[in-house]
Amino acid sequence: MNEFWVLVTGSLVGITCGLTGVFLILRKMAMIADAISHTVLFGIVMAFIITQSLNGIWMMLGAGIAGVITAYLVQVLQSNGLQEDASIGVVFTTLFAVGVLLITLFAGNVHLDVEHVLMGEIAFVPWNTWTFMNLTMPKAVWMLLFVLLINILFLLGFYKEIKLSTFDPIFAMSIGLPLVFLHYAFMTLVSFTTVAAFDSVGAVLVVAMLIVPASTAYLLSKSIKRMIILSMLIGMLSAIGGYYFAKFLDASIAGMMATTAGGIFLLVFLFRPYEGLLMKKRKLVNMNNLTIKS
Amino acid sequence: MNAIEVSQLSVAYEDNLVLHDINLSVPVGKLVGIIGPNGAGKSTLIKAILNQLPNKTGDVEILGHSLDPKNHLVGYVPQRNAVDWDFPTNALDVVLMGRYGHIGLFNRPKAKDREKAMKCLKSVGMGEFANRSIGQLSGGQQQRVFLARALAQEAEIYFMDEPFVGVDAATELTIINILKELKAKGKTVLVVHHDLQTVNDYFDWTVLLNKTIISSGPTRKIFTKENLQQAYGGKLFFMNEKHNEVLAERGGLNAIR
Repeated sequence: MNEFWVLVTGSLVGITCGLTGVFLILRKMAMIADAISHTVLFGIVMAFIITQSLNGIWMMLGAGIAGVITAYLVQVLQSNGLQEDASIGVVFTTLFAVGVLLITLFAGNVHLDVEHVLMGEIAFVPWNTWTFMNLTMPKAVWMLLFVLLINILFLLGFYKEIKLSTFDPIFAMSIGLPLVFLHYAFMTLVSFTTVAAFDSVGAVLVVAMLIVPASTAYLLSKSIKRMIILSMLIGMLSAIGGYYFAKFLDASIAGMMATTAGGIFLLVFLFRPYEGLLMKKRKLVNMNNLTIKS
Repeated sequence: MNAIEVSQLSVAYEDNLVLHDINLSVPVGKLVGIIGPNGAGKSTLIKAILNQLPNKTGDVEILGHSLDPKNHLVGYVPQRNAVDWDFPTNALDVVLMGRYGHIGLFNRPKAKDREKAMKCLKSVGMGEFANRSIGQLSGGQQQRVFLARALAQEAEIYFMDEPFVGVDAATELTIINILKELKAKGKTVLVVHHDLQTVNDYFDWTVLLNKTIISSGPTRKIFTKENLQQAYGGKLFFMNEKHNEVLAERGGLNAIR
């Protein structure tokens, strides 16, 4: 049973991150995700200090606010003359450091230790359960389902708006789309997704689950819908595959999930039809043969 | 009532005044070229009129109303290089984006919208490329897709930012014919344009711009050597000499009196 819940949690992480990751990649915001995955620590700690509880809802709220603050501060630094990558670097390291400091100062005895936040521990997930409507499931699964639902609802409601504002923001503005709202709403979703995936894979590897499956799907897709489906599938596959590899090698589950995602990316990068590196090389060889023959 | 009425418009970036004291009236049904040297603020003028710049002062009226996207009065073709053409989508999908303003929030495109988008795509000669990934299109084809998207907006006034940059001759001809058709239907079209040689052939109304309006009116009246000299400042002499030569070759010396 425990194995089952670990697999469910991992798959949900893969699916939720895979979905959000698609628009992170298309909006060229992969590094913002990296930043948010670290600054949610600040939000979670602040939520704990204020409420003195580790309730998932407060954590989610704190993380959501931290994510929006991160996105906003990056925007402020950037529009005042700092480069985008430097802005991200300054904002997230500072907020993350403050988060770490706050933990050691005010929350030293709580379950919120830094290592846990960075690496997560999916193996512990099945023991921390929550019962709702007579249904007892691990807390992490509840959180992930909730966030997945929000993500899906947001995309159903704003699919064409988020698509257009991603592809052509100037045109989107000219027809009156609420660009600022869409940007910060999306940043909030990224924060939610990060917190939900946090317990299982940790702040560092959640970035891998957000970005790697979506990048793999990008290489294989000519439409966003296909990219979304592939990204979620690859995310799930990475999680399940990663679990069994980790079991086989007796290694870190989260580490193996991210490694599997990286492995799948590498395979696709090398062997994908038409544009894969190896295919290109073979075409080149074929062409050379042709020219020599003629 | 004029198509566009701009008064006292200024745009500043930090200390740098990019546009100042723009007063401009464009009558309905004109095909308008916005001409000026690099850095004259041509694209900025369009963006300012479309209310895309925060640091702008002054008033803009479109067909007697202040600008409101809900009116669907304005169609827009941004510069082609403003978007990432590797985006995973096809030509028809991009044209369909021109319908989004009409479709409204929370609604999905209907069959009718798809039909309209397809019709617009066909009208720019791109019907057979509907399902082609936009990354696989040539520069000229991409520009046509952008034009088709603006047509799908079914607007009254069209703004086009450098639609002729980096396109092949066939595309340029297609585009200008469509613009002339729009004009014949009573639409107003404003085009940011670079090529001085074609101004007389393409536009019946010209706006000469260099940070402020140098001159604006019917092309044959205001597209003069003196006005061009003023708009192009220091570069003028060399340019005009070269320009005269080329025009003479094309038999159009009367372009600059």
